[in-house]
Amino acid sequence: MAAPTPGVISLKHITKAFPGVIANNDISLDLVSGQVHCLLGENGAGKSTLISILAGMQLPDSGTIEIDGSPVTIGSPKTAMRYGIGVVHQHSTLVPTLTVIENLMLGETGLLLKEKRAKARLDELSDLLGATIDPDSLAADLGLGQQQQVEIAKAMWTGSRLLILDEPTSMLTPSAIENLAQSVERLTAQGLGVVFITHKLREAYSMGDCVTVLRGGRKVGFLSSDELRSYTEDEAQTAILQAMFGEDLAAAGGLADAADLAGAADAVREIPAVDFSVRPVVLELDDVTSAGRTMDVAVKDVSIRIHAGEIFGIAGIDGHGQTGLAEVVAGQRVATRGSVRFDGNDITRLGVRERQALGVRYVTDDRLHEGTVGSLSVALNLMLKRIGKRPFWRFGQINRAAVNDEAEKLIDQYTIRTPSPSTRAAALSGGNLQKVLLARELGEGAQVVVVNKPTYGLDLKTVRLVHDLLRDFASAGGAVLLISTELDELVELSHRIGVISKGEIVGTVDNDGVNTAEKVGQYMIGGTQDGD
Amino acid sequence: MATESTRTRRGVDIVVRSIIPVVLALIVAAIILLALGKNPLYFYGDVFANGILGGNWQNSLVVMTPMLLIAVGLIVVFRGQLWNLGYDGQYLLGAVFVGGLGPQLAPIVGDALTYLITAVLAILVGAVWTLLPAWLKARFGTNEVITTLVMSSIGVGATSLLIGYVFQDPSQRTPQTRTFNTSDMLPYIPGTTIHIGFIVAIVVALAFQFILSRTSFGLRLDIYGASPKAARHVGINSRGMTIVLFLISGGLIGLAAAMDILGHVGYVRNNWNPAYGDTIMPFVFLARLSPLAAIPFVAFYAIFATGGTVASIDSGLSTDFLMVIVALILVFMTLTEYIGTKRDLGQSYLPDELRDAFRRPFDTLRTRSAK
Amino acid sequence: MSDLLTPLFISTFIATCIAGVMPLLLASVGETIGEQAGILNLGIEGMMLAGAYVGYAVTIASGSLWLGMLGGAAGGMAMSLIMLVLNTWLGLNQIVLGIAITIAGQGITSVLYQENYANGQVSITPDSWMIPGLSRIPAIGGSIFSQSGIFWLCIVLAIVVASFLARTNWGLSIRAAGQKPSSLDAAGGSVMNTRSQAVLLGGFFSGIGGAYLSLLVVGAFTPFMTQGLGYIAIVVTMLSRGRVWIVAIISVLYGFTQALGAAMQLAGVSIPPQLISMLPYLVIMAVLLIFARSVYVSPVLGAPYTRGAR
Repeated sequence: MAAPTPGVISLKHITKAFPGVIANNDISLDLVSGQVHCLLGENGAGKSTLISILAGMQLPDSGTIEIDGSPVTIGSPKTAMRYGIGVVHQHSTLVPTLTVIENLMLGETGLLLKEKRAKARLDELSDLLGATIDPDSLAADLGLGQQQQVEIAKAMWTGSRLLILDEPTSMLTPSAIENLAQSVERLTAQGLGVVFITHKLREAYSMGDCVTVLRGGRKVGFLSSDELRSYTEDEAQTAILQAMFGEDLAAAGGLADAADLAGAADAVREIPAVDFSVRPVVLELDDVTSAGRTMDVAVKDVSIRIHAGEIFGIAGIDGHGQTGLAEVVAGQRVATRGSVRFDGNDITRLGVRERQALGVRYVTDDRLHEGTVGSLSVALNLMLKRIGKRPFWRFGQINRAAVNDEAEKLIDQYTIRTPSPSTRAAALSGGNLQKVLLARELGEGAQVVVVNKPTYGLDLKTVRLVHDLLRDFASAGGAVLLISTELDELVELSHRIGVISKGEIVGTVDNDGVNTAEKVGQYMIGGTQDGD
Repeated sequence: MATESTRTRRGVDIVVRSIIPVVLALIVAAIILLALGKNPLYFYGDVFANGILGGNWQNSLVVMTPMLLIAVGLIVVFRGQLWNLGYDGQYLLGAVFVGGLGPQLAPIVGDALTYLITAVLAILVGAVWTLLPAWLKARFGTNEVITTLVMSSIGVGATSLLIGYVFQDPSQRTPQTRTFNTSDMLPYIPGTTIHIGFIVAIVVALAFQFILSRTSFGLRLDIYGASPKAARHVGINSRGMTIVLFLISGGLIGLAAAMDILGHVGYVRNNWNPAYGDTIMPFVFLARLSPLAAIPFVAFYAIFATGGTVASIDSGLSTDFLMVIVALILVFMTLTEYIGTKRDLGQSYLPDELRDAFRRPFDTLRTRSAK
Repeated sequence: MSDLLTPLFISTFIATCIAGVMPLLLASVGETIGEQAGILNLGIEGMMLAGAYVGYAVTIASGSLWLGMLGGAAGGMAMSLIMLVLNTWLGLNQIVLGIAITIAGQGITSVLYQENYANGQVSITPDSWMIPGLSRIPAIGGSIFSQSGIFWLCIVLAIVVASFLARTNWGLSIRAAGQKPSSLDAAGGSVMNTRSQAVLLGGFFSGIGGAYLSLLVVGAFTPFMTQGLGYIAIVVTMLSRGRVWIVAIISVLYGFTQALGAAMQLAGVSIPPQLISMLPYLVIMAVLLIFARSVYVSPVLGAPYTRGAR
């Protein structure tokens, strides 16, 4: 590797508090040009806050940022850009209604749009990244991998010395991750510093020159590039895990389990096999096609059979019709063709409430705006799907005592941490909100449950709890349709995995323990090739 | 208990937050009056005298009747986060049918039946006039602010057409409907000069208070209002909900018109438009979309409107001065709400970007002087 | 009716049409800028009235229509300051504020008019620029080519806005602010500045739209003289989705219906005047019914932007 231009961006004693949490507590680190610096930590560890401070989206409460030794204030994204700090955010920042080149020119100064110059710059960057992007296509029409390349191009638009990638791999196919790794390698060879944020140990180890571990807002571990090189993989893993879990290591179930939770190794199936020939089919979709709504992929000709006791996984890149599939099963979306059968009965024409009563449940991925109503109490949120039912409502009038009793029972059973049942749901953390959803959907009479990205954004302990709940539900004879973008999760939990692409199931893989991830990845690539 | 005291404190907080905007608006209005060369103390004294003193409070309660019904009509849709701004058209169309048919109907079918028939008719007319915006919203998501406003303008025009070509009183040269005989109008509450429509309005407000706060319909409505996505998830029929809410709203506004014509006005003149809705709107929000809490607020405004109309004329002002006060209340209400929420959350009163904008000049000064 | 189609008639028809088009066109252009930046300004009616009143007052005081237009712009922008501070800066509810601006504009102008001009209204005669040569063309010469210079300036302003929205970095920022403000923020643009400019420009154009109405169309101010024109402007804006040339087409259609109504009355066709005043609204409802599917509204329209909020 060519000698990198000496340059350091130092964060010194950065502290940032939000109401109720200290997101960053006295964090110091050095970001060196030409190196990939991995920031590792579970959800809620403070990675995103640290990044938003570097990106100029937030100001730290205390602490300083120094660039090549002189202190700077990064008060806005514009300032960050001026210092050569480019960020690729976890959520797309492209305007879907603008073209690629318009998106790239956004934020430029000067009166007239300079499209010619912009296209030349895009060509330069495309060469550097090893990607080809049509400058005139709408951002909304790009595939996810391409979108990310545009985002990287945008982050480097005005010349960058530090590129920050926030959880860049979470939605990519294995081959796209490979491409990304190559792009990153080319950039560091040019002397660029890269910050790579991830919650997967494996990635941190394979991509990073050095690793910083965050936990609960604190920096709890650092492996310099020398250390990382001198350690064997196992040693490095142990060191990182100890930092990640600290005294909780025992609580997390020892090193092996912790490694598993943190995604240290390739995932393996952890659910007992079931002989499906003797199990009845509970949920049956036959050539189901749904009407799409705006900016949303519709489901096309999907056929799935799920047996009692089975967890059927759906893998795919986010936004490929997963939500449509979930909604068609839950009854929130109309199937324009095909049929949905439950226990052999046609339920295609039934609405959400009828299906709910039959035992078809749906744990949505949008906990905040769809699954719960923030302005209502936790108790009412637990009862959302039973409004008007006896004994909670009599003659249309609410029976508050009965509602509260039931709520307290569920809060207890699912260990939902809330000050009281009458607390507004908006005050709960993401993990507890998810427990509210699970308590509501898995409770009395549930037979089929659709879970959409059930662990997205949760801390590791809650992830574990959710996985246990799903496993228990299945082993008690329930059928689960598990939709996830985390391949590891699917491999651990599912009996079979269907791969969805552009609203169609492009292949189904038996999770028999042999190269499941690769097989799923093959289907994902095949399914999206014509789009990319 | 701690929760007890926090609850009372929150209660006091809410009352304070609701009254502050009114007080601030009255203060600013006083300054405007001074600027116009009027005496604000005299003006407000005049408002008080003509709104409450003597028997004037009874007039105020009569004026309050349609206002309260409209307020409830607005509360129902606003809770569902839908904007029915077509109240003028709905009100006038309802009114013109009552004024156009009632006076002739009364001698034939008797007073009681006339009240019933015309009130139901007005409710239906008000409700039907919301149907198109409701359907467009439910089916295509067409912005209901626009459609209700446009339908309102059409309704105002249609009212004028109906007076001119259908309901014109042949004995009058000015365009207007026939007039109720005083004896055919709604009876007074014994011992007062307040017609019984006032009781109807209070009962409706209380009934909706119960429906909104204690029934499954009320809860579904709140879910729908908080998040249409959540409503879909729970299995609430959003389209049906949208249409039902609009129909209730339009119906209540029609009922308001019926009570006003039957009990107070007695006829509809061309180009008459009390435009209650615009002026009632701030008080609906100040009452936090609660029908019960709306009662005192609407009463306040009814007194203010009754007294203020006379006071404006006495001071030689346009009666539209009341609109200025209403606008001020709206502005101060949003501001008070903003400050209150920020205080609750313990956040800075200025948004980050604005704070940065204010600080930037100082930062540059500081760095410059450092160099 | 064919004997009616004299050059004089056509000339009057076109002039009436222009009188109907211009205030709406200007207000809609202003609203378009705001809507593209993510602001649904329901206060446009109040801003137009403020513009109409201030324009009138300034013209009487100064004797200059041009200064009057400038005053109208200032009046509209002054009202838009409410939206600027309370909505764009503090993030308060746009619909409530829009209604407040409308009520305030109606109330203030009515009160001031009563105070200052109720006894003894002065009417204003518009100037006209006879374009050499062209103004002598029959029919269109006396209408299009002998308009006030202000007419031409306003046309130029509308064209400038159209090209700025499409071809400049500023226009790109406006569009991004209305579609996905977080993107603009992340790209180093300022959502607050961009939206502030849009709100002020909205006030500017509504103001001159109102002043055009009072000074060049009616020749005087009367309370509530806009009669819902602002709301029509909002609908025009929604239908044209940021494309100023469509704004222009719809405005011309509106002016045409106005002129047609006047012409029919002139021709002795007895149509109730109420129906003529309802006509634009009926047309709007019909258009909304027909194009309901295609009225696209940006998901962030009306929503305040807070950095980092989801």
